[in-house]
Amino acid sequence: MVATNGMKRIVIEPVTRVEGHGKVTILLDEKKQVQQARLHIVEFRGFERFIQGRPFWEVPVLVQRLCGICPVSHHLAAAKAMDWIVGGEKLTPTAEKMRRLMHYGQFFQSHALHFFHLASPDLLFGKPGDPLSGFAADVAIRNVIGVAAKFPDLAVQGVMMRKYGQEVILRTAGKKIHGTGAIPGGINKNLSITERDFLLKDIDQMVEWSRSAVKIAKDYTVEHLEKLAPFGSFDSNHLSLIREDGAMDIYHGNLRAIDSVGKKIFDQVDYQRYLDYIGEEVRPWSYMKFPFIRSLGPEKGWYRVGPLARVNTADFIDTPEAEAARKEFMAVTKGKPNNISMAYHWARMIELLHSIERIKELLHDKDLQGTDLVAKGERRDEGVGLLEAPRGTLFHHYRVNKDDQVVMANLIVSTTSNNEPMNRAVAKVAKDHLSGVEITEGLLNHVEVAIRAYDPCLSCATHALGQMPLTVELVDHEGNLVSTRSKN
Amino acid sequence: MPNVIGESRQTAVLLIGYGNPGRQDDGLGPALAAAVERLKLPGVTVDADYQLTVEDAAAAARYDVAIFADADTAGPGPFYLRAVEPDATLSFSTHSVSPAAVMGLARDLFGARTRGFVLGIRGYVFNEFEESLSEKALGNLAAAVRFIESALRSGVFEETPGGTEKPSVTVAAPVSEE
Repeated sequence: MVATNGMKRIVIEPVTRVEGHGKVTILLDEKKQVQQARLHIVEFRGFERFIQGRPFWEVPVLVQRLCGICPVSHHLAAAKAMDWIVGGEKLTPTAEKMRRLMHYGQFFQSHALHFFHLASPDLLFGKPGDPLSGFAADVAIRNVIGVAAKFPDLAVQGVMMRKYGQEVILRTAGKKIHGTGAIPGGINKNLSITERDFLLKDIDQMVEWSRSAVKIAKDYTVEHLEKLAPFGSFDSNHLSLIREDGAMDIYHGNLRAIDSVGKKIFDQVDYQRYLDYIGEEVRPWSYMKFPFIRSLGPEKGWYRVGPLARVNTADFIDTPEAEAARKEFMAVTKGKPNNISMAYHWARMIELLHSIERIKELLHDKDLQGTDLVAKGERRDEGVGLLEAPRGTLFHHYRVNKDDQVVMANLIVSTTSNNEPMNRAVAKVAKDHLSGVEITEGLLNHVEVAIRAYDPCLSCATHALGQMPLTVELVDHEGNLVSTRSKN
Repeated sequence: MPNVIGESRQTAVLLIGYGNPGRQDDGLGPALAAAVERLKLPGVTVDADYQLTVEDAAAAARYDVAIFADADTAGPGPFYLRAVEPDATLSFSTHSVSPAAVMGLARDLFGARTRGFVLGIRGYVFNEFEESLSEKALGNLAAAVRFIESALRSGVFEETPGGTEKPSVTVAAPVSEE
């Protein structure tokens, strides 16, 4: 623990993985006021070395090893990059729709899990009119079992929605740990009639539950807007992929960035040229890079990604119920971008509804039973694949040599882009709620709630028994450990 | 004994091996799952994933016994089998779920009376991207496979603390490739 510039550091350290852990350092100045917050996330060091020299066609499978939470996102982003390598970026209709089905399935299960089983304990246990009291509710009930006891239907819905999304993935990507559905230039299977009918069986129930989830998130946010609006909030730029007509598109499109009031910074940028628009800053205290919009520079060019950014950047959503929900969402800020951190939850549920509407549409599309699965064209030695992962824009960039071996890989994952925004959110919460120099259970919970709104992925590494999920340390300005608090 | 199951009818068992095969010994769980799947034991359903998730509760609720096989970074070698008591804890912000939480959800959401066990297999190296198990971990895996095969065939699941068997290094079980 090193004190810098007379500041005191308070460390909140979740240790959920052997290497992929994070910790929060809150820097206090000499007057014991919060000056800065730093969320440390240990990235997947060594991945580039792991992948170099491997044949490019193995990459869409290998990259799933990066993350046990969103292997489908890495699988598809890598496949999109490799489409360029084989000149097969113009996919056949069957291939594109199968990939989209896989991707919407991933969105659906990821968003359902986050809302019902991670976020809902924060949201459901507050006192009437005081949502922040829920963040500090008794830990004995502020968990999913507490939700199961008080709101059993919601807890079951969350499990069954997650399960449904996984069923979609299983039928499009294959086995969980060895998904092989997407290959360079296409896919390796279509959707059989039997598989389609299996997925159609529960689709209407999933749509209905998604509709309810949007209502829960909307009612919670609108009812408590006055108190939620300042919680961990700040103005920011927003970035996402966008379709050519301005529609939200989580699988494919061009890059759009807007500022905090909605002014376009750039629009319809071909993501093969992302390096002309996005830079990555290295800071000495973090393994993680800090992406920024080049035209604004590192100081002002950081941006948010994920559900909030996507709803903010989109001109419209092309499924009817999600579009109606988006209009209600945007009305809260009179059509301007919403910069409220806690609004991520509502935006996430709008995307949940969009995903299931899309899945239903796709399941009725006969192209999914097509047999033209792979496109090929002129071989290239470089390719970039971008998509919107559940947590935000995901960049995969590769170069290969004439022997088809990968010689360069560069990835920007969603949580990296949200690195600076999460720091800002934690700093804001700490400034508003830290009292004295002790981390209370309440403050710790508030910090967790602020970070959790962004649904960060801290686990791009291993999972093994024997890890401690949360440790809190208080260190004085001379580097002395004052107190430690752990949560199992 | 409280944590021994032996039933006259065939016991329906779900075995989930989890971990990341791209992170060295973290792949022990999926490797065990692959080895057990190849045995094609009646009444035994095998699954593998990077980590446990909430929907595993819905699956576990349909079985008499759920076994969660995972690498252990510091436990007794070569392996241990412990009963799992249902618990409420979910982790801070990741989507991983503990075996106890899976059992807790199975009980509370689906009324399950499934018995849960953790099969912890000692691993040693985790910090590099490398799709292979260490030599010592391979030995532990082989011992764990022999143990769990016997338990699955007999339908008797008895807790074992580990530390009782020297790791063998003669059997090189493959790492969960299809």
